Amino acid sequence: MSAPAPANPTARPQSVGVQIKGLRKSYAGVPVLRGIDFEVQRGEIFVIMGPSGSGKSVLLKHIIGLEPPDEGDILIDGQSISQPEVMDQYRLALVFQSGALLNSLNVLENVGLYLSEHRLKSPQEIARIATEKLEFLGLKNVADRYPGELSGGMKKRVAIARALVIEPQLILYDEPTSELDPLSAVVIGEEILNLKRTTQVTSIVVTHERDLAFGIADHIAMMYEGQLLALGTVQEIKNHSHPIIHRFLNADFNPKPQPSASA
Amino acid sequence: MFQNVGEMVVLLWRTIQALPKVIRHRQKVYDQLFEIGNASLLMACVLALFIGGVIALQTGPVLAERGLSSAIGGLVGLSVCKELAPVMMAVLIAGRIGSAMAAEIGSMRVYQEVDALRTMNINPIHYLVLPRIVAISISLPILVLFAILVGWFGGGLVAVLNEKIAITFQSFFVNLRLVVELGDVLNGLFKSAVFAIVIGTVCCHQGLVTIGGPRGIGRSVTKAVVNSIVLILILDYFLTRFLLYFEK
Repeated sequence: MSAPAPANPTARPQSVGVQIKGLRKSYAGVPVLRGIDFEVQRGEIFVIMGPSGSGKSVLLKHIIGLEPPDEGDILIDGQSISQPEVMDQYRLALVFQSGALLNSLNVLENVGLYLSEHRLKSPQEIARIATEKLEFLGLKNVADRYPGELSGGMKKRVAIARALVIEPQLILYDEPTSELDPLSAVVIGEEILNLKRTTQVTSIVVTHERDLAFGIADHIAMMYEGQLLALGTVQEIKNHSHPIIHRFLNADFNPKPQPSASA
Repeated sequence: MFQNVGEMVVLLWRTIQALPKVIRHRQKVYDQLFEIGNASLLMACVLALFIGGVIALQTGPVLAERGLSSAIGGLVGLSVCKELAPVMMAVLIAGRIGSAMAAEIGSMRVYQEVDALRTMNINPIHYLVLPRIVAISISLPILVLFAILVGWFGGGLVAVLNEKIAITFQSFFVNLRLVVELGDVLNGLFKSAVFAIVIGTVCCHQGLVTIGGPRGIGRSVTKAVVNSIVLILILDYFLTRFLLYFEK
């Protein structure tokens, strides 16, 4: 695959639309995706929710082309990604759940990796762009540090900075707030919203956290056991009558009262 | 097993196709060369010294008893440069460097760093495999060359110091020069280059197919080293057979 050209706002729109058509995938005979259909509009934040093991992350890997589907198709701006040249035309980025930063490189090298490997800019320019993206995400004085020296929240923000360097038209987030404390989770959520406002990028966010989903989503898809249970706006999903959705959205820790010692 | 062999052949073919890009990745090749040389040179020399010594020790007294002590230089010289140095260095490098390759790439695979490269349109074969295979293919023959020289020296040392052999350095190396030709040394270097490609391909492939967590990485490292050594020993026979056709 060749590197897509760096962003040129006049040549290509800043965001893309995504269509998923009849997507099916099995691993060792076990179906993980059982016919998924939905459409993501340009520039929106589309959240995919569902319990663990419902196939959300596998779906993301299909959208970015890391996994080939058994059946069905994924279209970006109407073009199937099964044709290799289509993936080269668009700038897509995935923010992994773990961050997936290269441990052998420092933060600055990680963020500038795309530009340096494809030789799109001079080393000085790459350092300037990477520093700029890190500062945009509120990360200062970490450029020389290695991923092993960063907290979970910092790693995720560095991963977002690395994705931003690509100037993506579609950015996918895999559980962006998992393993984070509530304050860091809010910061990440705000950054996703901020990116939409400033770059008009299309975002697909996979999460099982209700607060994040309700806070940032334009549309929400609910997945359960490899199928799409519902699709709609935040309000439509909140009011949905499906018992699994209702249970998932209203699950709360509610311990049974213990019998008192004197009783 | 056949699937693995097929995948390894494909990996090697794609690496060969990517060879013109090696200039772009030269810094990574230098890093790997330093890693391999720095990690292994001293160990290779120590190993070679004792290999040469033990060959002299085993054969010297027997030859000396029969009045053939002058032939010991040629015997040590040939066995070290054609067989022992290439094979033993390949086994050493499979254990030291091959295991590190499989572990590093395996952990990158398990912790999704390889997937991250792919999402950035960076080909993992160009980024990870090509520099390693090129570096090991350059460094193993160089290590073997060192090992041959040190092995000869070790053999000579034992031939001089051992009272049952007790020949001079000069007679050891005169016989060695008489028997060993440049072609014999090249024979050993050629073998080592083939072994290097085998180690690089097997270990990088094993790293790239690693699944699971730390246990998966451990399993991959073990498989990479064992498969490399088995392949080296099997290939050694066939390479020797093949190279015999070119000898007078």
